[in-house]
Amino acid sequence: MDINSFSPMMPTSPLSMINQIKFEDESDLKDLFITVDEPESYVTTIETFITYRIITKTSRGEFDSSEFEVRRRYQDFLWLKGKLEEAHPTLIIPPLPEKFIVKGMVERFNDDFIETRKKALHKFLNRIADHPTLTFNEDFKVFLTAQAWELSSHKKQGPGLLSRMGQTVRAVASSFRGVKNRPEEFMEMNNFIEIFSQKINLIDKISQRIYKEEREYFEEMKEYGPIHVLWSASEEDLVDTLKGIASCIEKCCKATEKQMSGLSEALLPAVHEYVLYSEMLMGVMKRRDQIQAELDSKVEALTYRKGDTDLLTEEIGKLEDKVECANNALKADWERWKQNMQNDIKSAFTDMAEENIHYYEQCLATWESFLTTQTDLHIEEDSEDKL
Amino acid sequence: MEQASSDLEGQLQPAPLEPLGYADGELEAAVGEKAEGAQEESSGLDTMTENNFWLKKIEISVSEAEKRTGRNAVNMQETYTAYLIETRSVEHADGQSVLTDSLWRRYSEFELLRNYLLVCYPHIVVPPLPEKRAEFVWHKLSADNMDPDFVERRRIGLENFLLRVASHPTLCRDKIFYLFLTQEGNWKETVNETGFQLKADSRLKALNATFRVKNPDKRFTELKHYSDELQSVISHLLRVRARVADRLYGVYKVHGNYGRVFSEWSAIEKEMGDGLQSAGHHMDVYASSIDDILEDEEHYADQLKEYLFYAEALRAVCRKHELMQYDLEMAVQDLASKKQQCEELATGTVRTFSLKGMTTKLFGQEAPEQREARIKVLEEQISEGEQQLKSKNLEGREFVKNAWADIERFKEQKNHDLKEALISYAVMQISMCKKGIQVWTNAKECFSKM
Repeated sequence: MDINSFSPMMPTSPLSMINQIKFEDESDLKDLFITVDEPESYVTTIETFITYRIITKTSRGEFDSSEFEVRRRYQDFLWLKGKLEEAHPTLIIPPLPEKFIVKGMVERFNDDFIETRKKALHKFLNRIADHPTLTFNEDFKVFLTAQAWELSSHKKQGPGLLSRMGQTVRAVASSFRGVKNRPEEFMEMNNFIEIFSQKINLIDKISQRIYKEEREYFEEMKEYGPIHVLWSASEEDLVDTLKGIASCIEKCCKATEKQMSGLSEALLPAVHEYVLYSEMLMGVMKRRDQIQAELDSKVEALTYRKGDTDLLTEEIGKLEDKVECANNALKADWERWKQNMQNDIKSAFTDMAEENIHYYEQCLATWESFLTTQTDLHIEEDSEDKL
Repeated sequence: MEQASSDLEGQLQPAPLEPLGYADGELEAAVGEKAEGAQEESSGLDTMTENNFWLKKIEISVSEAEKRTGRNAVNMQETYTAYLIETRSVEHADGQSVLTDSLWRRYSEFELLRNYLLVCYPHIVVPPLPEKRAEFVWHKLSADNMDPDFVERRRIGLENFLLRVASHPTLCRDKIFYLFLTQEGNWKETVNETGFQLKADSRLKALNATFRVKNPDKRFTELKHYSDELQSVISHLLRVRARVADRLYGVYKVHGNYGRVFSEWSAIEKEMGDGLQSAGHHMDVYASSIDDILEDEEHYADQLKEYLFYAEALRAVCRKHELMQYDLEMAVQDLASKKQQCEELATGTVRTFSLKGMTTKLFGQEAPEQREARIKVLEEQISEGEQQLKSKNLEGREFVKNAWADIERFKEQKNHDLKEALISYAVMQISMCKKGIQVWTNAKECFSKM
């Protein structure tokens, strides 16, 4: 069953929606596969920017072909996100990686930065593809399939700059008015989002800090091992022992390196995505509140008989529908989002724990095998003495 | 004359290694009740058995440390730590030990004891004291001498020092050492009364000898190089170890923050809550496990530090050899010049420059009686000089013999101790890895139940 926020026959029970969403997310039913790769520098007289190659493979009928290859830049992704937010103001749109990283970035086009961004963009598109509603969005389809010039002309359609500005102004104004009638469940949701945002930000900082400390530990360990080799040059009787220890330290260093890369490839991006999600969620809450505020202001106007009563009543009717749709869309998506968050966090931390176990197991094996060589020698030496 | 100089050259050769053979009559063996009987050292092996015998007889421990306040030399109030030294004699038959002596000493008294041993036994590699101030500190350790962890490690170091002295075949029989363990009051005065400070070689003299000595025993030169290398490499190792410890501490402790945040987060989660909470607990366990791990490593560092300080003791023996050798060379030179002067006076030829010679030339020859008198004086000096040279030579050879025997003993001890320490380091790493596996396995279980 197609779930679309524009569909009039939307089921109202979140539970039934969850069941359907789970059904739709089964990987063997997946019919849209997207990859983002090959970042390339594109130089013009005015500017330099990076484009990413996007390959789409699909079996869907509404697509003209089964395979597409396009190049997109970050600006294009921003445009897509904007369109999705416009079309589905109370759905939880996946987050985009940041425009700039404030601290420590000298050049925008640093290799690590590009690599991280590329992976995040890949995640972004795949999350949209997995979303029961967003996956059928028209702008999304255009983004994946249109050639450069087609995309430009498509972008020019739709509400102009002025009307977008107007929307922003109204949004700001309504947020100043505050939320008087926010329903209970959305109060809870808001509370959750606030605390979640705090905590996930802290976890992000802690994880980054752990990576930094591990890096510094690794650097010191690299210097530590060789000193034992140096020492062995002046100690005839301790050569094997000292060299053995140096070799163990070196192996543990390699294990540390591997563990660190696991951290930076899996845990850190996963946690960071949810930091961005938490910002996104606050935006979604605001938009929902804004839609409700529109209704509330019309109701207020009617109550105080400001303006044409009939017109107002008609408008209120439409707005009431709009509010109901928005709320239901959000409620359903919220449950879906929470489920995903739980799974993602669970698997990110479980994998991190697994990496750490593996790290310690490797080091343990290294030291244990060193110890057996030493104690074997000890036994040999002792028996020689006794002879 | 040629014969004389070749004699002297022969006397300058370092003596070949011979088994330990002298009995130091100056010092009384006095440790333990059976000590009086065992004054003679007949051969190395017997000495070892005797001392193992003594070690069975007495146990020494530095069992407590206490903060004290008192007045120092300039009558100002000071705080210091005193250490309780207990000596037990072990009954031969049933292995029961009885407390025979118990007294309090402070670090400065240990220093006095060691300085005394250094001066009186220059051929021995005297065991070092634990460090006066905390060095190779990483950020958590306090550099404060009053810090309880530092005091504890020092207590262990002081006990180790006493045990090393007590197990040394020569040092254990020293009377001052015996009194250190048994006579609380007046011990300092007793030590000073020995006048050992007068026997001490001046630093300046030693430095001078090091630069000017022409023909030191090659083994001592090599030993000096070895001790420099040992000191340099162990210092480097300890410095980097401290930095590694610091970083490791950081990694573990930051994980503790996960504990706190997970716990706070679990409050808003219905299904994930329990898993987060218990995983958080394991993060706390992980973070606090580093304290014990690094405490153990500190003991390992102390073992290495002992040998770092031993390098200085090795150098002290080398310096003494250089000093004696230089002294010998100077005596040979002096004797040769006197003999030459004598010869010149006797034959009337002037080959060497002397003030007397110049004044003689300027103001006329001296009377034959004066010349005779001078020759006589010189001949006496030469005779004395030859006696002194003989005894210096003998001393020098004895010193080299005995020093080298102790150095061999030291080498064995060092190889054994360092190997043990390095292996214990591996054992510590294994223990750390096992703890890590356990904590993360528990954490993984909690995460997977979220």
